[in-house]
Amino acid sequence: MALSSNHLLGLQGVSKEDIQLILDTATTFREVLERPIKKVPTLQGKTILNLFYENSTRTRLSFELAEKRLSADTINFSKAGSSAAKGESFKDTVRNIESMKVDMIIVRHESAGVPKYLTQISDANIINAGDGRHEHPTQALLDMYSIRERLGGIEGLKVCIVGDISHSRVALSNIYGLQAMGASVSVCGPSTMIPWEIESLGVKVYNNIDKAIAEHDVLNVLRIQLERDAGVLIPSVREYHNYFGITAERINKNNPNVLIMHPGPINRGVELSSEVADGPFQIILNQVTNGVAVRMAVLYLLGTKPEA
Amino acid sequence: MQVLLKGVRVLNPEQKLDQKSDILIEDGIIKEIGLIETEKYQSAKVLELEDKICVPGLYDMHVHLREPGREDEETVVTGSNSAAAGGFTGVACMPNTNPTIDTAEVVRFIAEKSEKHLVEVNPIGAVTNRRKGESLAPMLELADAGVVGFSDDGDVVKTSALLRSALEYSQMIGAPIIEHCEDGSMAGGAMNESKISTQLGLPSIPTVAEDIIVIRGILLAEYTGGKFHVAHVSSKRSVELIREAKQRGVNVTAEVTPHHFTLSDENIKSFNTNLKMNPPLREQKDVEAMVEALQDGTIDCIASDHAPHAIEEKEMEFIYAPNGIIGLETQLGLALTELYHTGKLTLQQIVEKLSINPRKVLGLPVPKISEGEKANLTIIDPELEWEVDVNKFKSKSKNSPFNKKKLKGASVAVINKSKMFYNDEFINI
Repeated sequence: MALSSNHLLGLQGVSKEDIQLILDTATTFREVLERPIKKVPTLQGKTILNLFYENSTRTRLSFELAEKRLSADTINFSKAGSSAAKGESFKDTVRNIESMKVDMIIVRHESAGVPKYLTQISDANIINAGDGRHEHPTQALLDMYSIRERLGGIEGLKVCIVGDISHSRVALSNIYGLQAMGASVSVCGPSTMIPWEIESLGVKVYNNIDKAIAEHDVLNVLRIQLERDAGVLIPSVREYHNYFGITAERINKNNPNVLIMHPGPINRGVELSSEVADGPFQIILNQVTNGVAVRMAVLYLLGTKPEA
Repeated sequence: MQVLLKGVRVLNPEQKLDQKSDILIEDGIIKEIGLIETEKYQSAKVLELEDKICVPGLYDMHVHLREPGREDEETVVTGSNSAAAGGFTGVACMPNTNPTIDTAEVVRFIAEKSEKHLVEVNPIGAVTNRRKGESLAPMLELADAGVVGFSDDGDVVKTSALLRSALEYSQMIGAPIIEHCEDGSMAGGAMNESKISTQLGLPSIPTVAEDIIVIRGILLAEYTGGKFHVAHVSSKRSVELIREAKQRGVNVTAEVTPHHFTLSDENIKSFNTNLKMNPPLREQKDVEAMVEALQDGTIDCIASDHAPHAIEEKEMEFIYAPNGIIGLETQLGLALTELYHTGKLTLQQIVEKLSINPRKVLGLPVPKISEGEKANLTIIDPELEWEVDVNKFKSKSKNSPFNKKKLKGASVAVINKSKMFYNDEFINI
């Protein structure tokens, strides 16, 4: 089996079969990660560029580790201290690095559409590691993998994404992916953090966290950007926590079986209380472990795909 | 020199003129209209114009010529060449140059550059010094130097108090205040706010940011009696506000760009930066509202908002690419293809919106097609089928989303200031 695309730009329009293939392949790599020697020679001789225009800790380390465990050669670009900081254009930067012969590019950028743009200016396989508020497909894939691992399947589940949906790239990828896998998806947050006409994506909107907890199997809780949002989109962090923060009390009252996920980094005491972040309801660190396996799967499937 | 236009349909709604005639032009003046025997004028350059239409020279009231400041993107001369190639004998150029058109010196600089060109270039002066929204520009002095309207285009006039002053002060001149309608506190997005912006994850600009400034201008025009012109209207609600204001007798006019009556925000799914402009492409319902407003006269003018940008500026990440597309050389073709050949507007209406009304808004005389008048004419072949090729543009820039688009209808020749642009060359006549 092979993926139907040479790139992973997002999950919009990606088929259930392709997602299934990635998740199943990830299961194999998940086993590799439990071995004493966690390395396989699959991508030996392949060169992968991690092109990070925006800061990232988790995603970047996760990709790097996935690349190394597949024995690929990796090079890293970060904007700070680079030629881009000296004013070189994105296109020139990419063309220059590509001239050093890279096979795959993992890209994170603050502008939506950059991964797609890369496919026009580069011959490499492109994997989107987050573009603006658009998509973050590998995050959604690892979220789905983690749900499947914990609950046995995705089809028929009710999943709610909670928080600042407007500024999230995780939300859209999760909506597209989960819907393709047969889950029903809702969003919950203050009205100012719900994107315009999100209902057009077949998503139900909640403004009441208690109701959202009560009516869903899974809550995928997003980070609130403290610096940016307080005072503009929400009156204060305190008010956010009081009305949308997830606490053990709320879970116990509404739905003790609910599964809590978070893509990190967590603001403890804002979107999640520490009790919840460390408690029995959550699988946050499993998500991180699974992230490496899922990214290995994506790298493997794109890196070894036979030429069409 | 003599030029004889043979068998052309002479169309000027302003003169209630629509007849097939020959026109003899001598030294830039219309000498004779009627049935003219070619033999009588052996030395004349004869243009056989069967099935072509001769109209008062087209006028684009909203272009950016980039000079002074960004001569790498466009100059007064290359922009004028682009205008002539697109069928225009006159343009009004916006003041967001560097330096800004906020002193008589800059106005004279532009006048000098355009003096010898076929295309008449009328500068628009800034409303406020350096378009900063802090203090009024010397509007009387600018008008004396040749400015025909005022705008902080690219930006809104920052405060209601300044806009009020401008609408009062400009009444001494009779020139309109042309407003780039966008509430500054909601500006800065990369596309229209809609379900598409939600899907694409791009920061968005809501239509209400336009509507608020449109209604502000209407209310202040109504209060002061000033002349208010809405640049590049794009929102359905704004059009409704203008329509209603016109019914009340408010002195308000409006223009729309060809891209806003042609393209919707669905196109942005390609992340093509040549689809990024401000105001952004709106939803299909807005596109349809533009056409209706053109039909019922709510929108007076079609104007290109010709905005040249260097290749390297547009070859950029979507959120960083600058706003704007060029339009002088596609405007007539788009108007004819999308509005005339679809039966939405008549040829008379097209001529009104591309020639007569923009001049009226700016208080410029409308060229007459009569004996003894200066020849200021555009000759149109409404049936000519052609494919847009940005590499053939006279403009210095190539940032058009219409490259490769097939259009029906184009300018064959333009005549003005004793010059003619015909067969891709300028000749003195």
